[in-house]
Amino acid sequence: MTTPYQQQPHAPQAPGPQLGTYTSPIAQRRPGFGDALASEWTKIRSVRSTIWTLGVLVVLMLGLGLLFAVLLRANDRGETNTPVLVFGAFGVLLGSICVITLGVLTISSEYGTGMIRTTLTACPSRGRILAAKSVVFFLISFVIVTAGATLVAILQTAMVPDGPRPTSGDWLRATVGVGFYIAMLGLLSLAVGALIRHSAGAITIMIGVVLLPLVLAMFMFTASLSGLRDFLMAYSIPSQLIALYGDQLSTPGPSGWESLGIITGITAVALGGAFVSLNSRDV
Amino acid sequence: MIEAVGLTKRYGAKTAVHNLSFQVRPGTVTGFLGPNGSGKSTTMRMILGLDRPTSGHVTIGGHPFRGLPNAPRQVGALLDAKAVHGGRSARSHLLSLAQLAGIPARRVDEVLGVVGLQQVAKQRSKGFSLGMGQRLGIAAALLGDPQVLLFDEPVNGLDPEGILWVRNLMKQLAAEGRTVFVSSHLMSEMAVTAEHLIVIGRGQLLADMSVKDFISHNSADFARVRAPGTDPAQREKLTSALTEAGGQVLPEPDGALRVTGLPLPRISEVAHEADVRLWELSPHQASLEEAYMRMTQGAVDYRSTADQKAGLQPAVPPGYAPPPVIPDVPQQGWYAPPPPGQNPYAAGPPQAPVHPPLGSDAVRQPDPQAPARPAPRPPAAPPVPQAPDTPAAPTTPEDAR
Repeated sequence: MTTPYQQQPHAPQAPGPQLGTYTSPIAQRRPGFGDALASEWTKIRSVRSTIWTLGVLVVLMLGLGLLFAVLLRANDRGETNTPVLVFGAFGVLLGSICVITLGVLTISSEYGTGMIRTTLTACPSRGRILAAKSVVFFLISFVIVTAGATLVAILQTAMVPDGPRPTSGDWLRATVGVGFYIAMLGLLSLAVGALIRHSAGAITIMIGVVLLPLVLAMFMFTASLSGLRDFLMAYSIPSQLIALYGDQLSTPGPSGWESLGIITGITAVALGGAFVSLNSRDV
Repeated sequence: MIEAVGLTKRYGAKTAVHNLSFQVRPGTVTGFLGPNGSGKSTTMRMILGLDRPTSGHVTIGGHPFRGLPNAPRQVGALLDAKAVHGGRSARSHLLSLAQLAGIPARRVDEVLGVVGLQQVAKQRSKGFSLGMGQRLGIAAALLGDPQVLLFDEPVNGLDPEGILWVRNLMKQLAAEGRTVFVSSHLMSEMAVTAEHLIVIGRGQLLADMSVKDFISHNSADFARVRAPGTDPAQREKLTSALTEAGGQVLPEPDGALRVTGLPLPRISEVAHEADVRLWELSPHQASLEEAYMRMTQGAVDYRSTADQKAGLQPAVPPGYAPPPVIPDVPQQGWYAPPPPGQNPYAAGPPQAPVHPPLGSDAVRQPDPQAPARPAPRPPAAPPVPQAPDTPAAPTTPEDAR
């Protein structure tokens, strides 16, 4: 039973073109990165999950931003000198879950449906696919989050007259900076989606990454854990986001533009891992 | 031209494909046959560079798939009809693939026309039937107008009109000088579509030859002989006479005899000498299905057993005898043995009857509930292995189709 069929030697191949005799009349053109970008743009705009997640994101950001502005206007803020722009952070933090979901789905839905095999048959270069997905997803989420954050910031500064006025640097961080940070967080989700290859699993992991450090830190009462607690408090993702708005949850944490550097570094490592994994694992 | 050399794929301890070497040449439809789990899809995935072979390599036109210049214009594949995002419309799906491969967008409408999906091009593919999914997959394979085409089970779920269309499409593509590699379970379909066959079982090559050679190598033609049905003694007499004359005789359930090893005129003479009249003497040529079943019978991984329904049946009322059960699953060991040295698998499984043959007392005895039961295999009895060692009630392959 172990002796395989003995194959007869094949007749020598007839001379001629290597790939058979058929030549397509359609002009040959080598596809490049631009073609992959166009393809990913078609993919991301032709599924409903994109519309849904981005729609919920906009509703959350604008709705919560408006709600806070109305509440602040109605109530006396007392003596606190919290910058006005910080109140946009709550909508963005909740909205980040939508961006995470979209980032994960951008790649894991291809694994879930088996589409990835069709995609990689049409383009054997894994790196090109991953890069095109990353660029398309990053630009979409960056534009939408930046636009939403700008709108909320304008609303809140207009409706809440008292408190310290934000500087131009504060403005830039609270709009473009926040857009970049959240889009990068989504890109990290995309990388995790490529590594995990399972939508629900990857989304759960990413929500854990966002929320768990802060929740854990709240329960670290003992003195021996105080160092770790302070670190988690300062560098958890919500803390980094609030730092971008010019406020700090705890004093030794990141300030100014530092948050962007941290998230970009983590995302770069994760994307590198995703690239290696895509290239070496069976699909 | 697809060329595999020593292709091996292991998943942990399980070897899916073992040392597979073959060539698929342009200009003909090459069929890829094998039982479920024999490694057909794994081989297809390795050809497309989706799975990495554990050892060996496979090339298309001299290049590994991932090293092909402009792969989507040279190779098209249908791997799985459901390998699409269900939320995307058929046209968007094809458009994204066309853009990825640098193919002009109007080609999308062309292939939608070729597969007949223009009407539903704007609908989301989630609502597609399996047949429509297959058409969409074929459209994706044809998108780049490639020289090499791979189809994994392309006719699954298609209606008769669709099957005919796929058959003609394959032939036409091959006639244009392309390499067409098609896997299928449907023997009857392969018999009329493919000219060349590659057969694997348990991940190893069983045959690589033309359909015509495959049938003649793996099937012994037989003669069906029928003695007058009124007299069992006549049949006994004829059986012994034919056996004496050097033929192999197998009884069929309806009373006919299947004779191999004797030409038709000789059978007639033997019957005449034995003074037995014949009601039927007909030649039978084996089909591709028969040849295939016999070749792969030792290499089948997933074999069905009889549904015993043990313990689920109500008690049989006294005096009630259920109707006799005649299994219509093809019985292993029924087909005549292949020519020696041709097929290492066919000789493997036990062929000799372990249980007493049909009609002997030993089978009837162990059923206290219905002593007079005529059924050869009482349903409440402990499970009797259906295959490979029961020669009871053999069925003609015609029934198995």
